[in-house]
Amino acid sequence: MKKILRIIATLLVAGAIIFWMAAGANRGWTKTRVPIKTVDAVTGLEGVQWQDKFVPGVDFLGAALLGAGLLAGISLFVPSKSKKTRIETNQ
Amino acid sequence: MKTKLAILALIGVTGVVLAAPQTFDFKDPKGINNAGFKLDAPLEAINGNASGVSGTVTFDPANPGATKGKIIVATSSLMLPNPMQRTHMLSDKWLDATKNPEISFESKEFKNVQTAGDTTTADVTGTFTLKGVSKDLTVPVKLTYLKDKLGDRLPNQKGDLLVIRASFSIKRGDFNINPGQYEDKVADTIELTLSIAGASPK
Repeated sequence: MKKILRIIATLLVAGAIIFWMAAGANRGWTKTRVPIKTVDAVTGLEGVQWQDKFVPGVDFLGAALLGAGLLAGISLFVPSKSKKTRIETNQ
Repeated sequence: MKTKLAILALIGVTGVVLAAPQTFDFKDPKGINNAGFKLDAPLEAINGNASGVSGTVTFDPANPGATKGKIIVATSSLMLPNPMQRTHMLSDKWLDATKNPEISFESKEFKNVQTAGDTTTADVTGTFTLKGVSKDLTVPVKLTYLKDKLGDRLPNQKGDLLVIRASFSIKRGDFNINPGQYEDKVADTIELTLSIAGASPK
């Protein structure tokens, strides 16, 4: 159990960093919509249309690190299997 | 003699009609018209825009200095990429969009008017209203008059277009938007850009 929690924590951190970097390593807050610029051919004006898109930010990274930290912390309080077996054998 | 007088009168009337100021409506059916805003604080940059532009401008191609009008931006149309930031911005703690549904600029006077071809540049003095606070500002603007171009933009319509571009800055503290507070995250200076086109159908 201890090992599983630590593996999940490591995977969570690694997955969050890979996802964050793959999405453009946005150093701002998480975005759920992005501006798409369009140019009007007649007037030459640049308009903005908003498109729904999830772009993880530093808050996403922080939440993932916090989650991983919690899992790693919980793992410290989970007794290891080998120790338990040894106690049972002594009895 | 009567025919000559009639022709002269017709020419005169035509001249008056041609020189008459035109009213341009800035509610854009194509949704291109927008007002952008940018705040660059030491810890955070905020970039957004608003598409809810409306208003009318009276423009006379023969006398651009006499241009008058009012441009309105719906506060609720202000957009940011982060939904929580947008909720905060429109809340009663910042813009209070419910009580202040409009941001507007009403022109009073055009100065330093320079026209070259279809393009006029000028410094416009007018009243800028944000969060219920009105202040007089002088803003550099560029007007481009596009005669008979409405049909190119909106098929089945005939008329002229007037393109207005303006960039200027305001201080949020001047408009009672949390003056002197949170300036490390929300800059006091707001850079505004206006890119809009109005139509005058014939």
